[in-house]
Amino acid sequence: MLRRLLGIVPVVFGVLLLTFLLVHLVPGDPVEVMLGESASSADRSALRAELGLDRPIHVQFGAYLGRLAQGDFGHSIHTREPVADMLAERLPATIRLALLSLAIAIAIGLPLGVVAALRANRWPDKLATFSSLALSAMPHFWLGPLLMMVFALWLGWLPVSGMERPASIVLPALTLGFGLSAILTRMTRASLLEVLNEDFVRTARAKGLPERDVILGHALRAGMLPVVTIVGLQLGSLLAGTVITETVFGWDGIGRLLVESIEKRDYPVTQACVLVIALIYVLVNLLTDLTYARLDPRVRYVS
Amino acid sequence: MSRELPGLRHWPFWVLGFWCLAVVFARLLDWSPFALSPDAIALAHILQGPSWQALLGHDDLGRDILSRILAGAEVSLKVALTVTLVTMTAGVFVGMVAGYFGGWVDRLLMQVTDVFLAFPGILLAIAFAAVLGPGLNNLILALCLTSWVGYARLTRAQALSLRNRQHVQAAESLGAGAPRIMLRHILPLLSAPLVVEATYSIAGLVIAEASLSFLGLGIQAPQASWGSMLRDGVRYMLVAPHYVLAVGLSLMSLVLAVNVLGDKLRDALDVKR
Repeated sequence: MLRRLLGIVPVVFGVLLLTFLLVHLVPGDPVEVMLGESASSADRSALRAELGLDRPIHVQFGAYLGRLAQGDFGHSIHTREPVADMLAERLPATIRLALLSLAIAIAIGLPLGVVAALRANRWPDKLATFSSLALSAMPHFWLGPLLMMVFALWLGWLPVSGMERPASIVLPALTLGFGLSAILTRMTRASLLEVLNEDFVRTARAKGLPERDVILGHALRAGMLPVVTIVGLQLGSLLAGTVITETVFGWDGIGRLLVESIEKRDYPVTQACVLVIALIYVLVNLLTDLTYARLDPRVRYVS
Repeated sequence: MSRELPGLRHWPFWVLGFWCLAVVFARLLDWSPFALSPDAIALAHILQGPSWQALLGHDDLGRDILSRILAGAEVSLKVALTVTLVTMTAGVFVGMVAGYFGGWVDRLLMQVTDVFLAFPGILLAIAFAAVLGPGLNNLILALCLTSWVGYARLTRAQALSLRNRQHVQAAESLGAGAPRIMLRHILPLLSAPLVVEATYSIAGLVIAEASLSFLGLGIQAPQASWGSMLRDGVRYMLVAPHYVLAVGLSLMSLVLAVNVLGDKLRDALDVKR
């Protein structure tokens, strides 16, 4: 467990280095790109000094790390607002959206996967498998508008976009949740099918347990382990999915902040959004691994 | 269990074939009097629905949606194939070197792939595309910079185990050099998992290209791209649902076909994923 914890140190360092280098990948002069051609030379040199672009690159990286350690993500070029404040304002909305999507995905994906595995190769399985395949071929910028068209424009049940009303979260959460449920269905089905062939399931049946107890008490418990990992890993990628979904539905989270900052060429904000999403992803993955180790005695003893 | 390779009996093959042939056919038409004009603006037809003149209707500038979908398919397939070729070569090289030589080379290279894997989904591609600026070449570059990691991981894992096979050790003891062993004795055994991985990655890249273009980071107007067409289509969803539906269904059919093809290839080639 300690090894796993120490293992993320170089990864986090690499993530910091890569996000730091992002601004240096801008072709030409980043200051000119950010301020536009009409900016005065005084403004330019002020920004250059603020970003530290006039210093050697390793000094810049050191200063970048030092500022991050103090929770200073720099300032937005357009609003002059501290980026840390913008993140703090937007992040809760994204986390709310991601957690609800995860709940939706589990509520749909798990039962579908179980039914598919128990009725393998019969019509419920075929239906579940095909719908999960179809859903995984629907990126969020296609599924989202489709849901919007049906439930908001035609039926008028839900708000089209924005986040003024409590029901506004439903459509973006369904968009993210449906996509994830497809993966969950497939994983649950595969994992449970594998477990159903194990000796201990046969033993449970042989000793005359009712089928319900065999499935719920024995097979599901063992079969859920890989699914926990998937859920954990996917929570992280849900965050990436929010970039598009929040843009489609005008949901003011960190994903939309990222897209807006790209449109305005507000690089400090872009950099901070990418960094924060990646760090949350690394953290969630770490927690998933540790949870998995808690749940599965085999993993615990080996490490 | 080894099943037959996917072929004419399977629908994904037909869907994929349809798109490839349609793109080639659209190109051939360019030399005929019936050339498609995906960029021709016709203000009289703005957002008109399907008709015999335009089977899928007109977009917000009166352009023929069918022509633009075909042009978008071409871009999509071009980007996906280019990026797949480049990243497969680069990723296999990195993974092979790491897996075959092991030691500090392996640790260093895997540390680098770990960093790339720390960015979920297409986040890193979005970041690269954002700083590189929009355009087809930068789009391809951004996708190349982020898509090699999967091949590197896959190749490394396989090379690690294949390195200890008897035929590799026999070649080593006969004095074969490292490049020869990697190319002639390890790479051929990798081809099945690589083909499966590449198939799935093409589907992923079609989505990635459309995602970046949807965000305005990829293909720029007036050139057609499924991503930017979807963005425009969403804007006029209420008055012209045919626009967004036509583009979305096209994208979905292509991605679904490639994914199912990947599943079938995986079963036929008996690859674990």
